[in-house]
Parts: sequence; C-alpha cells; structure tokens
Amino acid sequence: MATSTLSQQDSRLAVHSLFKRARGGDEIAYLLTLASAVGILVIVGLIVVELWINSQPTVHRFGFSFLTGTRWDPNGDHFGALPFIYGTCVTSLLALLIAVPFGVAASIFLAEMAPPGISNVLTFLIELLAAVPSVIYGLIGIFVLVPFNRDYLVPVLTHLFGYLPIFKGDFYGVSFLSAGLVLSVMVVPFIVSVSREVLLAVPREQREASLALGTTKWETTWQIVIPNASTGIIGSIFLALARALGETMAVTMVIGNTPKITASLLSPGYSIAAVIANEFAEASGSLYVSSLIFLGLVLFGLTIVINALARIFVITTQRRGS
Amino acid sequence: MSHIVVNTLTILRTFVCVSEANSQLRFAQTGEQIQRMTNSTFLRGTWVKLTLVAGTALALTQPVLAQTTLTGAGATFPEPIYTKWFSQYQSIGKVQISYTANGSGGGIKAVTDGTTDFGASDMPMTDEQISAFKEKQKGSILLFPTVLGAVVPSYNLPGVSKPLNFTPEALAGIFLGKITNWNSPEIAKANGGVSLPDLKIVVVHRSDGSGTTFCFTDYLSKVNSEWKSKVGKGTSPEWPTGLGAKGNAGVSGLLIQQKGAIGYVELIYAIKNKLPYGNVKNKSGEFVKADLASVTAAAAALKAMPADFRVSITDEEGKGVYPISTFTWLLVPSKFADSSKEKAIVGFLKWAISSGQSMVESEDYAKLPASVVAQEQKQIGSIQ
Amino acid sequence: MMVEISRQRKVVNAVMLSLSGLCTVVVIAVLFFILGYLLWHGISSLNLDFFTKLPKPSGESGGGMANAIVGSGKVLLLATAIGVPVGFLAGVYLAEYSGKAFAFLLRYVVDLLNGVPSIVIGIVAYAVVVRPMRHYSTFAGGLALGIMMIPIAVRTTEEFLRAIPNSLREGALALGATKAKTVFTVVVPAAISGLVSGMMLNLARVAGETAPLLFTALGNTFWSKGWLAPTATLPVMIYNYAIAPEEDLHKQAWAAGFVLLTLVLLINVTARVIIARGPASARR
Repeated sequence: MATSTLSQQDSRLAVHSLFKRARGGDEIAYLLTLASAVGILVIVGLIVVELWINSQPTVHRFGFSFLTGTRWDPNGDHFGALPFIYGTCVTSLLALLIAVPFGVAASIFLAEMAPPGISNVLTFLIELLAAVPSVIYGLIGIFVLVPFNRDYLVPVLTHLFGYLPIFKGDFYGVSFLSAGLVLSVMVVPFIVSVSREVLLAVPREQREASLALGTTKWETTWQIVIPNASTGIIGSIFLALARALGETMAVTMVIGNTPKITASLLSPGYSIAAVIANEFAEASGSLYVSSLIFLGLVLFGLTIVINALARIFVITTQRRGS
Repeated sequence: MSHIVVNTLTILRTFVCVSEANSQLRFAQTGEQIQRMTNSTFLRGTWVKLTLVAGTALALTQPVLAQTTLTGAGATFPEPIYTKWFSQYQSIGKVQISYTANGSGGGIKAVTDGTTDFGASDMPMTDEQISAFKEKQKGSILLFPTVLGAVVPSYNLPGVSKPLNFTPEALAGIFLGKITNWNSPEIAKANGGVSLPDLKIVVVHRSDGSGTTFCFTDYLSKVNSEWKSKVGKGTSPEWPTGLGAKGNAGVSGLLIQQKGAIGYVELIYAIKNKLPYGNVKNKSGEFVKADLASVTAAAAALKAMPADFRVSITDEEGKGVYPISTFTWLLVPSKFADSSKEKAIVGFLKWAISSGQSMVESEDYAKLPASVVAQEQKQIGSIQ
Repeated sequence: MMVEISRQRKVVNAVMLSLSGLCTVVVIAVLFFILGYLLWHGISSLNLDFFTKLPKPSGESGGGMANAIVGSGKVLLLATAIGVPVGFLAGVYLAEYSGKAFAFLLRYVVDLLNGVPSIVIGIVAYAVVVRPMRHYSTFAGGLALGIMMIPIAVRTTEEFLRAIPNSLREGALALGATKAKTVFTVVVPAAISGLVSGMMLNLARVAGETAPLLFTALGNTFWSKGWLAPTATLPVMIYNYAIAPEEDLHKQAWAAGFVLLTLVLLINVTARVIIARGPASARR
C-alpha cells in the first residue's frame, strides 16, 4: 500500500516538473522535434507493415513461386510477377546502358574541362532535366518519341542489327525500347550531377602531379582522376538505377502494358510500377489486390537495396576524396 | 459552409469545418495540430506566410457550392452519355455528380470498398462480387441498366474504305493470335471484292479491367469453343496476344496511331474518332452493322429480364440483331447513410431512365426497352 | 628534359575531350528540345478558358482545367502543411539535439523513405486513408505527397543548420538564451533563405507527381468541395488526356503540361537563385 502511494506521488512529481520545465519552452521545442523524428520512423514502419500485412494473402497462396510465375491472369486468380520484374529490370538496364556513357562523359567535361562558371551553368541546366515531371516525359514519349522510333530509329536498327534477337520481331512503337529511352533521359541528370561532385572531390594535387609528368589532359582524367572517383561514379549509377526502377508514369505511357517476357526490345512489355498504376484502382478480389501490393513490396525492396549500395559507394569516395 | 476566407488563420479552421460530414475526429485533430503549430512562434517564418497566402488565394477562387455532390467511378463504355447526363442533370436536380472513368473493374471495386457513392459497369456483377459487397458494406447492391451499347471490332487499315465483314471464327482467330495477316483467307472469305493488304495484324486490347472486354470475350466464348477453353470471359482475361491500352479511349488512341491494328471499342468511340468498324455475323447468318436499330433489336430479342437485371445479350438470335451488344449498369448500394445522397441518387435514376433516355440516341446508344424501365422503377423504390 | 607528347596521344586527347563535350551538348539539347516542344505546343493550345473553365463533357470541345489547377494547389498546400513541419522539426532534431546512434538510424530511415517509389506511397495512402475513410479525397492525395516531401525537408534542414557556424550558437547561449531560443531565434533565422529555397525545391519535386494521386485524389469533373472530396489535379489530367484519342484533349494536355512545367521550373530556378545568392552561411 505504502509503496504504491509513494510511486503515485513520485509520478505526480515527475509530471509536475516536466510541466514546469515545459513552460519554459525549451522542453516543448525538444519534444516537438523529437516527436517529428520519431514520427518519421513510425511512418516508414507503417509503410512496411501496411505493405506486408496487405500482401499476406498472396504470400500464403503462392509463396516464392509468385516471383517466378509468368502468368498474370486476374480472371483465373493466378498471379505471377516475373514479367513485371523482367520488364522493370530490362527497361532500367537499357536506360543505364544509354545514360551512363552520356552522363559520365558529360560529368567529365563539366568537372575537368569546362571553366567553373560555364560548368555551373551547364550543370544547373542538366539538373533542371531532373525537375521535369515524369508525366511530361510520358507526354513527350507518346507524341514524339514513339512516332520517331517507329518511323526512323527502329527501321534503321532492324536494318543494321535485325539479326540480333533483341531487335527481332514487330515494332508497335510502345515497347521496352521506348520506355528505356525515356528513362535514360530521366536518369542522366542524376549521373551527371553526382559524378561531377565526386570528380571535383578528387584532390587537385593528383591532377597536377600527373600533368607535370607530361600526360595529356585526357590521360590524366582517364588514368588518374576516374580511377580515384570510380566508386563514386558507380554510386551515381546505382542512384540512377534506383530512380529508374521506381519510375511509373512515363513508363506506363510508353511500355505497351503487356505482361510478356521476350528477348526483343522492340516488343511491348510491362513494369512493376506500371501494372500497379494501371490495375490497382480497379483490382477487385482480395488476392488480386494483395498481389499488386506484394509487387509494391518487391519494388520497395529492390529500391532499398540499390539505394543502399549507391550510398555506400558515394560515401566511400567522398571520404577518400576529402 | 463558407469558403470565403477572411484572414489567414481561418483557412486552417476550414479543415475543421469541412470535416463535419465525415470522420470528424481524425480531421479535427489534424486541423488543430496544424493550427497549434502555426500559432507557436518559431514557425511564423516566411515559408508559413507564403503557404498561407497561397492557401487564401486558392480558397478565394473556389466558388461557394451548396449542392449535393455524388461521386461515381467505373465503366468507360457509357462515359460519353454519363458525362452528358451528369452535366445536364446538374442544373435540373441541383446535384453534382462527378464521374471518373477508370474501367468497370474500377467501378465494382470502388462501390465495394465504399470509396465512391455508386459504381458503373458494363459487366453484370458476379455472385462473388455481390457477396463481397454484402460482406463489406452490410447491405445489398442494386444494378440499374441505363442504356445499351455495342462493342465493335475497329481497325486501322489504310486503303480499305468499305466496312469489313467479320465471322465469329475470324474474330476469335485474330484475337487468339492465330490469324496474323490481314490478307489471310479466313478474313478474305467474308470480304469478297475487298483487296486486303499484306499487312501484319496488330491486336489491341484493354489493359484495365473492362466491361467492354467482358462483353467482347463473353461473345467470343459463346461462339468459339477454343476461345472458351483457352481464354474465357472476364474483365481482364489473360490475352494470348496483343498490346494493352487503358480505357476505350486508350484503345482508340492506339488504333489511330498503329497501322494494321485491330481492337474492340464501344461504338461511339469508333464513330467519334472516325475509326472504321466492321460488321459482325450474327446467329441468323447475316452480317450486321452496329447501330441503334441492330442494338435495339438485340435488346428486343431478350426473352425475359431477370429480377436482378444481370443478363447478357451477346449472340442473341433474331433478324437484324447485332451480336456484341450489352446493357450497361449503374451499381447503387441499397442503403445510404446520408439521406441527401439517397435523395440525389434516386432523383437521378428516375430522371435517367425517363427524360434522360431522350439524350441517348444522339450519342449512339440504344434506349432501354419500356418493359425494363418499368421494372427498374420498382427497384428504385427499394433504395433507402 | 621535355617529354614529347606523341601525335597519336594528342589526337586521342582531342577526340576524347570533344566527345565528352559533345555528350554534354546532347544532354542539354534534350532539355531545350523538351522545353521548346512544350512551349510550342503548350502556348498554342493555351487560352483564358484553360484557367477559368471546367472540363467539358467528353466529345464537346473547349473547356479548361480550372478545377485541376485549384485541385493541384490544394493538394500541394496540404502536402506542404504535412511534410514541411514534420520534416523541418525532425531536421532540427538531427542537427541540434540528436545523439549519434539515433541520428544514424534516423538518417538511414529518411534515406529509405526518399527511395520509396511514389506509386508505393500511393498504395499506402490508399490503404491508410482512402479505404478507412471510404472516400477518395484531396486529403489522401495531400498526405501521399506530404510523406514524399518529408525526406528532403529533413535533409535540407539538417544540412543548412549544420552550415551555421557554432560561434553563433555559443554566442546566444552565452547571453543566457535557452537551447530552444538559440535554435529557433538565432540558428534557424540565419539559415532561413536556404531553408525556404530547400522547401521550394522539395515542393517543385512533388508538384509533378502523378502516380500517388491516381488512387488517392482520383479526379473530379467539377469543383472539388472542401478537403474530403476527390479532386482533379493537373498531372493526372495530363495523363488521362494524353492517352485519350481526341485531338482536342491532346491539345489540353499540352497546355496543362506547359503550365505545370513552367510552374515547376519557376519554383526550381527561384529556389536555386536564392541559394546561390544567399548569405555565405546558408550556402552548402
């Protein structure tokens, strides 16, 4: 009895003192900021939990085979995610294949050659590309890129490389190729912006030492600066990859929305984000909805892994550089 | 509820005002929270002022609205007539009905989850869907046919000006991916005198859950056994071939862009977009063009309308019947918590199946048969 | 002793350097192409009706996107009201209060949130707001975008506050100010231009988001009443009109795209100019 009253008194005292301090404003400010910080943890936790709970029916029904299944048949309640995973990967990798050479070359130019003033302006312009909303890329994709591909690019490609399986088959405009091209423009700014920073972080002395030995500007860049910055550049590529994987609207508008796995880049496909965008609002039946949510979880997982790798790479070089 | 905002803080209070109707608590909390934050000294920075000014400006541009609002979602097939109806009915019934055409599947899902006041679908809800609704909403769902329409095989075939004739076998073959060229004999047989180009067929189908798809696949399942066993009917079947496009609008868009393409769309989409569409061979062996008369004939061929209006009129027998015809339905819960909404929907339904029918034919849909209207009027009485 | 640079090495040098320059030019050309194309198509489709009228029923030409413009404004206002305070306060916590271990965890989680694809946030907003409230709403859309604003709000706040020299804090504390007073009346005001422009960049980033709005704000053919009704938004309208077959809607989509892009880029450029011109202390 006695102990309980004591502890009650204790807690009342504690509350009282908290109140007193709080009135000073100091504690309120602290608690508010702390609450916000914890709130963010809660939000992220909530996201993961929501996705996890809501995808349970699919996990129970299909288990691991969901990821390897190739059939997507909402009518027959049969769901397999492989065509979407495949489409996401193919378009993202294609985007990188195009964006990396351009992006890295541009960052070399901006970091090593252009005078600082011009370099800043150009980088600013390139970074504006990242600010263009994805639905606008989709708009340009539908009305400019798709007709261009159909009328000019693909006839040339099939003429030159038609024997390769990746350029076989009919072309309808909407395709992996179109999606990859749109994505490549969307991710280039990430590569340029981050790579340039990393290149600039390489100590000046290294360049001067190399140039003093009589190498050309290019040789210095290629043999000294790039190797020093390589992990950072790889990081920027991963960052771009993460962005490409999660991109939704622009891809939805040009990929053709057909869940098929084919080697040809000219054929239409589907991506994880696109199928969610198209079908989530109308999926009836709990298994259907939960399969789409599970796809969301897969996408979430993919981007987390890629983002983490990106950060590790960028941080290691920046540390080494400074 | 006034949206005219006098001083900057009231904008935040509108959060609280607005929330009276629905889930008061949750919103009141958010509103107060924000208010508390803005009241505290440290947030009175430029940023907050900026957003508040912007907010006031926005709130001022909003007109004061006193009408009941209803939201609906679903089928794209009747969207043209629905948007006309809703815009017309706004001044008649003082009801604002906002409609989002996200496919019949979307309509069924929205009304089942209760996220919209009503749904729209060109596919009669299945038993499972109805029991899912009952389970979630603790009430029943009523289906109201509104108009009739036709799904037409539409194509982009340069140099062919005369409408093509399609046999059921040719249609099934094309959509199964077995007939791949426009000059194949299966198509040519029914089109004597038309020089068909040597062009690859590009199949276009819907990527969203669609009642138009249901109607089309329902028809193919009735006329072709291979289709029935391999693909079957449904709002989003597993397509053996082709490109996916979103909505009737998306399919039409792709048909316009893609030479050699064939797809299926609601009649009005073909007419509006000046897309050629073919005649389809019906059960009596005639090639019939989809139009008011042939769709009306299909409705007339229906022997008896079931009490719950769930009926398919594809492949009906009779002279002049267009075989890929269908009713389209509004999906309305039988119980409304909000009586003003209930009044609004009842008023609209009554208007739509009576006066509203006069607008139907100018949009190339067919009117409801009088017997169906009478049957529906009885059902409207059961909305509470 | 001079090292003779061979002719071949010189050529390689020149070629590679010009190639890298060329790549830069190509990338920038793409930007100008997009801007030019939108300008060309957008302006020619733009008229006063676009800003003042509601969309017409399908099949009728004319009409505008007034409701979508206001709708986007409301969604963004709400997103800012949710994302910025939470992000800002958490950023303050990170920069001024946090211990090392918790800071590491928080930073990691914030980066994680930054990496979450926007469509996934849309799913969550649907599950957490739309389904239980049983209505698509401006609020759900605002919440989805608000969550997307949090990570950048946190990181910019942290970065800009960290850039404020410690002497300022020490001075204030020495004068007897409490920690909170120091932070909110001395440190934050010193970094304010950076903070504001950071938040503007953040806003510009989510202003064009479409995916999370598809199944939260949904769409509306009329004015959206209050905050709990579905609303039209510019990005979703662009998407819907772009995939529609009508030439007329395509024109509207271009006009909307032009308006959206102009807004986003204006905010972006203004913010960057503020950062570049701001006091040295606010510079990163």
